[in-house]
Amino acid sequence: MNANAQRFRRACEAKAFDRNHRAIVAKNTATYHAAVARGLARFADWETARRRAAAVKWEVMNHLDHYLEEFERNVRATGGHVHWAETAEEATQIVLSLARQHGVRKAVKSKSMVTEEIHLNPALEAAGITVLETDLGEYICQLRGEPPYHIVTPVMHLNRQQIAETFHEKFGTPLDATAEELAGIARERLRAEFLAADMGITGANFAVADPGMIVLCTNEGNARLTTALPRLHVAVVGIEKLLPRLEDLALFWPLLATRGTGQFLTVYNTLVGGSEPLHVILLDNGRTQLLADVEQRDALHCIRCGACLNACPVYKTVGGHSYGTTYQGPIGSMITPHLRGWPDWSHLPYASSLCGHCADVCPVRIPIHHHLLHNRRNAVRQRLDPPLQRWMFRVWLWGVQSARRYAIGGRLARWAMRLGLAQPLARAWTRYRDLPDPPREAFRDWWRKHERA
Amino acid sequence: MKVALFIPCFVDQFYPEVGEAMVAVLRRVGVEVCFPAEQTCCGQPAFNTGYWEEARTLAKRYCDIFDRYDAVVSASGSCTAMVRNFYPELLGELRRASANTFEFSEFLVKKLGVTDVGAKFPAKVTYHDSCHTLRELRIKQEPRALLRAVRGLELIEMTEAESCCGFGGTFSVKFPTISSAIDEVKCQSIVATGAQYVVSVDSSCLMQIGGWLRRRKLAVGTKHLAEVLAQT
Repeated sequence: MNANAQRFRRACEAKAFDRNHRAIVAKNTATYHAAVARGLARFADWETARRRAAAVKWEVMNHLDHYLEEFERNVRATGGHVHWAETAEEATQIVLSLARQHGVRKAVKSKSMVTEEIHLNPALEAAGITVLETDLGEYICQLRGEPPYHIVTPVMHLNRQQIAETFHEKFGTPLDATAEELAGIARERLRAEFLAADMGITGANFAVADPGMIVLCTNEGNARLTTALPRLHVAVVGIEKLLPRLEDLALFWPLLATRGTGQFLTVYNTLVGGSEPLHVILLDNGRTQLLADVEQRDALHCIRCGACLNACPVYKTVGGHSYGTTYQGPIGSMITPHLRGWPDWSHLPYASSLCGHCADVCPVRIPIHHHLLHNRRNAVRQRLDPPLQRWMFRVWLWGVQSARRYAIGGRLARWAMRLGLAQPLARAWTRYRDLPDPPREAFRDWWRKHERA
Repeated sequence: MKVALFIPCFVDQFYPEVGEAMVAVLRRVGVEVCFPAEQTCCGQPAFNTGYWEEARTLAKRYCDIFDRYDAVVSASGSCTAMVRNFYPELLGELRRASANTFEFSEFLVKKLGVTDVGAKFPAKVTYHDSCHTLRELRIKQEPRALLRAVRGLELIEMTEAESCCGFGGTFSVKFPTISSAIDEVKCQSIVATGAQYVVSVDSSCLMQIGGWLRRRKLAVGTKHLAEVLAQT
């Protein structure tokens, strides 16, 4: 087992029966599910909406070259700048060189998973630039020195008390501060920073090809301040974020808000058009590898709403930090091997009960759990499966290809279980669960006796 | 009407009473059943672990055995999903057996149009939606309709009927801690109903749920839908 898989396993062992963690996540996801139920009720026909959205995304992904160039042309035509980055390192270098050119010492950031993906904050800090997260959740993550726990709700794993403790440690605020007071403290501290910052860094919820604009959705208005106040705005955008036309937002805005938080629309929806201070960095970082895989290309339809995480029994059990990935939960387990390499990440597609709840809630109809199956097959094709397991399946296949061998094998297994001989093999099962009592005869034995009688 | 029974491997080996109950119920509603003795496993364990070549061998074997029947009735929603939903992708063609395999409750309600099979089972039960039955086959109302028609039976819905039990095939032993923690949440939801039995159409889920309940001596029994419907 590789180091990542071992680390994942240890993290899961530590979290799975942490009742405190489970209670907080259960409470937060229950609030979310209630809001989503109300949100879905606002759609006349949710199924048609997601089919339409999937069709739009299909069109983009299958003509991505066209839409990316159209986007670039349109941003440039109105005075903005477009940079192309094949890797995380390239994207980071572009940000750093822009910062140098503009004499940047302080940067503010609006919430962005793609900048987590390229590890931008440590790179900026190493270059002597102060970076401040301005989304409240991300701000709390930054104060605690933790990565986001969830792609939409970064501190879903914390309750008010834990956040109050963090603020108390950092700022000496009262331990019994209310949520409103905590938000007030953050707002006060952040306002000054917005005004002092030289550079605003954002991702993009969407990038519209015509006209060339990036779209930012926040509930706190922090993206507006991040893009408007500093003299330079750099947006790091994954190439899968493209939408063809402005009209598509009429569908994608409510789709994202409904599945993201249960809101009909996110509170602040900001369009940033090509203008002098805007620099868009279009990032590949493995995405074109996924694009080349026709079978799984639709994983690039993902609009990062986080719904599959909230639906996932595994995510809710092990928590967002256990994955060790930028993108957690079902979609993360699906895309991470593609983006970051199979040998190190092929354990993630196996960490799923394949319940399929993720695919049911996905607003762009990505069959995530089927892709997890494809990933498992791909891992086996690359011989990343444990040799013992491969050998066991070969023996098993030989056994079940004959009803006679199968019946003998079954009888031996039941006999071994009755005598307790199977216990060492069944330890993984019996640590928490009992095994059924093995019956003396199989159904086929009963049938043979009764049908002959 | 004559139908072939598909009794998936672990039902055959560990829960023969489920197969026996299915035979009793189907005969009671006038269906002639046969059991093709060559059948073994549908290949799902291999398929779900990534061994598609091995699974393909078994998929072909299944279809060669069952292609000649007008209908195949299966004791497991999960194995039915494997045969009906995944075989076409695995084999690159739609075989007759694949299209004609039905889950037990689905066969009774949708194919035969029967909801009252003349069963009597005076107990409080709660129904667990197995993920493959619910989300691959879209079967939700059929088992409930059958349960509601049982004399004396009180159906109590749990809060998390649609939540996974955490079994997931080889997942349950590859990641036993995650699997069991999910199981615990499911079982809390079951116990909270005050039901005497939890009923499902997948014995694999019931093995997972029953395994947790029994270890903790919680007084909720597990029954496959067929076992409930077989009671008179």
